[in-house]
Amino acid sequence: MNCAEPMTQTDLNVLETKARETLDAHTHEIVQWHFHESTGCPFWLEKKSELKFDPLTEIRVFDDLKKFPLFEDECLRGGPMTRWVPQGLAGKPVYVFETGGTTGIPKSRMVIDDFRTDYEMFSDTLPEQYFPLGANWLMLGPSGPRRLRLAVEHLCQYRGGTCFCVDLDPRWVVKLIKKGWMDHLEAYKQHCIDQALTVFSAGHDIKCMFATPKLLESLCNALEEQGKTFPETGITGIFSGGTEFTPQWTRFCIEEFFGGPPEESGIYMTPTYGNTLMGLACSKPVTADENYKITYYAPQPRAVVELVDPDDPQTVVGYGETGRAKLTTLTREFFVPGFLERDEGEREKPFEKFPWDGISGVRPFSRLAAQTTVGVY
Amino acid sequence: MLNIPAVRWGKPYESLEVDEVLHFATGEPIAKVSQANGGIIARDMRQAGKARDILRQIPCREIIERLKQAADHYEKGTLTIGDGHQTPDEFAHQQSATTGLPEHMCKANMAKNSFVLKNMEQILDCLTRGLNLEILTRGWGMESRGVVLSYQSQASALSAVLPSNSPGVHTLWLPVIPLQFGLVLKPGPQEPWTPYRMMAAFVEAGIPPEVFSLYPGGPEAGAAVLAASQRAMIFGGTPTVEQYRGNPRVQAHGPGFSKILLGDDVVDQWEQYLDLMVESIYINSGRGCINCSGIWASRHTREIAQAIAERLGPIEAKPPTDPEAGLAAFTVSGMAQAIWGMIEADLNQSGATDMTSSYGPRLVEQERCAYLRPMVIHCSSPEVETAKKEYMFPFSTVVECPQDQMLGEIGPTLVCSGITDNEQFIEDLTNATHIDRLNIGPIPTSKLNWLQPHEGNIIDFLFRSRAYQVTEDRMDSLKEATRV
Repeated sequence: MNCAEPMTQTDLNVLETKARETLDAHTHEIVQWHFHESTGCPFWLEKKSELKFDPLTEIRVFDDLKKFPLFEDECLRGGPMTRWVPQGLAGKPVYVFETGGTTGIPKSRMVIDDFRTDYEMFSDTLPEQYFPLGANWLMLGPSGPRRLRLAVEHLCQYRGGTCFCVDLDPRWVVKLIKKGWMDHLEAYKQHCIDQALTVFSAGHDIKCMFATPKLLESLCNALEEQGKTFPETGITGIFSGGTEFTPQWTRFCIEEFFGGPPEESGIYMTPTYGNTLMGLACSKPVTADENYKITYYAPQPRAVVELVDPDDPQTVVGYGETGRAKLTTLTREFFVPGFLERDEGEREKPFEKFPWDGISGVRPFSRLAAQTTVGVY
Repeated sequence: MLNIPAVRWGKPYESLEVDEVLHFATGEPIAKVSQANGGIIARDMRQAGKARDILRQIPCREIIERLKQAADHYEKGTLTIGDGHQTPDEFAHQQSATTGLPEHMCKANMAKNSFVLKNMEQILDCLTRGLNLEILTRGWGMESRGVVLSYQSQASALSAVLPSNSPGVHTLWLPVIPLQFGLVLKPGPQEPWTPYRMMAAFVEAGIPPEVFSLYPGGPEAGAAVLAASQRAMIFGGTPTVEQYRGNPRVQAHGPGFSKILLGDDVVDQWEQYLDLMVESIYINSGRGCINCSGIWASRHTREIAQAIAERLGPIEAKPPTDPEAGLAAFTVSGMAQAIWGMIEADLNQSGATDMTSSYGPRLVEQERCAYLRPMVIHCSSPEVETAKKEYMFPFSTVVECPQDQMLGEIGPTLVCSGITDNEQFIEDLTNATHIDRLNIGPIPTSKLNWLQPHEGNIIDFLFRSRAYQVTEDRMDSLKEATRV
């Protein structure tokens, strides 16, 4: 692609129009699926009776989804899980992925194959030079009933490798923070890092990894305290994510832990943005030339991220303006017609690879930031 | 507008994250300050040993001499700050513009810091009880009476997570450089000025820049500084103090709850102490932990409260450039309103009387900031909820309490001025472990003698006294080497 002529605005407009048409058609198809008596799940079929419109006839394009009230994720707490299983997929093995949760009943989502699809699509965006096919991976992130643990393992297997994991219970981490047991928190973090160091020392030939920003930083520090460097681990590809994955943090890692940009250090790190409800949003390549700016693009048409006016969530903000992230999930397994995330950012223009809106500068939504515990692991 | 970088062991570092520090009244940007991420702090702190090594190459006495020059630079010089220059007047203006403290108070704090720098020799002499400072450099040595002793440093650098609202606290970390420790500061978000100007003055006076790190940033930076430091100070509220209680690596400075106790033997002459009570409450806009927030007496409390209210109640909020301005603005949105809400709730209890209510509204809201005018609350007994409250403006309770119950009721007290000649009461005050600084006699709580330790002796914090035995030969060679 490097040798190609830069795309003209007209060409980009064509791609954008095509992408929009695809999204509109996909929206119609997914709504038909979820609200048809023969294929829909009990939750949405029951909701249908409360709506003042008929989704089967009145939702034709993506913008029609504004007719739905905003999705309240509180309804994801508790059972029965079967209320979320579309009848069109009945009988298939179902996974349950839960959010962090500290006390009480966590929010949960049922999944059949979505996580595999999402991560296979993500896999296609990874540069093979740094994420070699067949490479073994380390999953340095949350274990337990979370999507990420299985998804990373699937990503690794899909690419032909074996995934090594650590035990990490983020709920215990949240409890430690809330109790103010910072020494215990530090000890638990060290316990996780010790597990990673053990994997590295065991001759497993690990070349790629997932790590949360906090744990990646701790791992690099632990290595340096042993007189080693991160490049000595042999890792060449890292994917990470979360609101702590800021341009400054990226620059810090690249300059000080990795030994320079990928072409010098041989280490490539890519940020991602996502959660259990949505798939996985990919980033444009992050470079020093663009001050390490991080811009995410949702995996349309399976999921859409819009930046909306916090006081009027049906109105998308202008390009470059700040808005609250609104997620829409449109898969045959799961339908979310507009969920206000706890994040905000700036609206970014489409580009050739992802000809739809992006989001940059992702951070906790400022009006909720004081109540949110971020980066717990 | 100044662009102020982080400083990593003397080297400026422009972060991709920048915080704009705004004028509290106009919203005008005063400076852009680079924000350090936690990772660079943790990484840099592994190099802290170099700072101490560098400083140990310079004799303590030489550093103390350079500090005298630094005092002049700090108070009078035009210094390089970030990508610009700063005169003393500009410093006071900038500090006032972002913290809300009136400019003349900023200048007074400059003089205070300068005084401490100029008198560092005497201050260290008192804090070490006359110890030869070479013993601290070497880790061991011999007292004048011929006894070997050892003071082992417990860290290579001292870190401080500083507040935005009280420029007076900076005197606490000034002895660190002459004690040959690196200095790591996380400035308060609205008050980057003192740390940067002080570093510039030190460097101008010949202190190597490599011994300083300045990490402006959010809570993550503060947490990283504390986590990576062997010895650190933090300034915060009661929860902060509670969080770090018992942690030998952290000295937490919280609210002072400083008080004046009038003994039964002097309370009938309370008018004699009115000036010192007013000064203790009002000086520096009541922001300091050493400001008085409670006056306790067994009788005449309503008259005392009334008399103080007559002096403080009429004081108005004035612009920060007004030389008569006595009140600092609350520059953080909603803070003054929140405090006022708490006080209003407290005043609903029986036994609490607002003695300043007849002097007009206390909460003064302006377009981008707010003020709280002085308040004096009479409390009929120590049980009244508000009796032991402290707020960051001239606020004091006057509490009626029998003298023999005072020490059991006052709670933790940073500065206690016990005005009495009753020897038994003085002895009880002296033995009270919940009082930190004790003034016996009519001394304002706000009047600090710099030759006394403050909230723990920094020497005890940075060094550990321990056994150290050497052979006679080694003692003799040390005697020869150090004989004066």
